[in-house]
Amino acid sequence: MDVPPLRTAVTILVGFGAMMSLAAGMTLVERRLSAFIQERYGPNRVGPFGLLQPLADLIKFVFKEELLPAGANPVLFKLAPALAAIPAMLTFAAIPFGFYDGRPIVVADMEIGVLYILAIGSLGVYGIILGGWASNNKYSLLGGLRASAQMVSYELSLVLSLVAVLAVTGDMNLSRIVLAQDSLWNVFTQPLACLVFLVTMFAETNRHPFDFAECEPELVGGFHTEYSGMRFALFFLGEYIAMVVMAALMAVLFFGGCDVPFLAIADTPWWAGALAMLAKTGFFLVLYVWVRWTLPRFRYDQLMWLGWRVLLPLSLLNLAVTGAWLALSGPAGPGGAH
Amino acid sequence: MLAAYAPLLAWLVLVLVFVTGLLWVTDRIGRPRPATGKADTYECGMEPVGDAHRRFSVHYYLVAVLFILFDVEALFLILWALQARELGTPGLLEVGFFLAVLAVGWLHIWRRGGLEWDR
Repeated sequence: MDVPPLRTAVTILVGFGAMMSLAAGMTLVERRLSAFIQERYGPNRVGPFGLLQPLADLIKFVFKEELLPAGANPVLFKLAPALAAIPAMLTFAAIPFGFYDGRPIVVADMEIGVLYILAIGSLGVYGIILGGWASNNKYSLLGGLRASAQMVSYELSLVLSLVAVLAVTGDMNLSRIVLAQDSLWNVFTQPLACLVFLVTMFAETNRHPFDFAECEPELVGGFHTEYSGMRFALFFLGEYIAMVVMAALMAVLFFGGCDVPFLAIADTPWWAGALAMLAKTGFFLVLYVWVRWTLPRFRYDQLMWLGWRVLLPLSLLNLAVTGAWLALSGPAGPGGAH
Repeated sequence: MLAAYAPLLAWLVLVLVFVTGLLWVTDRIGRPRPATGKADTYECGMEPVGDAHRRFSVHYYLVAVLFILFDVEALFLILWALQARELGTPGLLEVGFFLAVLAVGWLHIWRRGGLEWDR
């Protein structure tokens, strides 16, 4: 487990740069892709193909005036965007992007990677609830309440769908989950869990069709109505990083992570593995945008209905079937990682 | 085994420095310039009536309580899942009983209208 300190330092710095570039790049991809779907051009003026647009956005956000609404709670109002962004940034540290020199390319190769992402990732909702309440705006308050209603409805199915994957692999370490999928991806053994996770990952990141916390036609801008400048941008930095983490988690847990199809992980050059991982993550990131401009929005009581009466029994059933299959096939059964 | 958490600590420091630095810079450059009406909350262009910091009935509180119950049970399931192969059939029977109790509880909540918070 002893990784050279220099390599750890490089991984942390490159990882931080990659996280920021992926999130910033995603803002541009989202705007260009939504423009494409709506037959517009989108931002294409700053730099070649508009590639420098995120940088221009950053400069503008830093210089923008910060407003504090009358009657708002100043401490919570100023703190909430950081509370929303920091957990998302922390979860990124657990995502393995491939194997170099036989060791995973990951900031922190934790034994409890899945649990860590679930635990830290759900803290982000506090930033949204507190920001919505502190704004002293009724629409923001409703946005924050909806975020909590959403959280108590989908999170259970999210966890239970992952428990089935943990049962198949028998491990919570994300890089070993990748290695266990060398011959067969989890999506083929756990299609139902994959489906439940796909639905809940949209809810986890507050994305369309489950973006009730902002929901611009009903709530002005929801929890971030009163925010401007860098604090507004921090909410979205957090949201985009959370999207990157959930898309990467989908790739790692169900689609073999850095595994190139028909090629053993040990024989794959490290750059090919990292590219495969990025391609899979990119696919799910594009899926986020694709869904946003294709499907109508749910109502938040419909999500609670869906979460408690469809996804929860579905994931419990999946868990029971998985358990029976594992117990009957024994310790050396199909996909056995031991 | 704890060695994996040292880089995580460095990552945490880096994230905290980045976020506080960003907010420090913007608090110095993006200073507020107060003007009449600028601090009013934006509620669709209407004059704001009253205050949003008041008592508000959260109808789905029962669902939130149920969520805590079921979430704790999900934690127990994780412990079983990690050893599912080794525990074999006896483990399956025990967790099956646990899941059955969970399912009956869930059905009971549904039939007693615990999920119909919006009626």
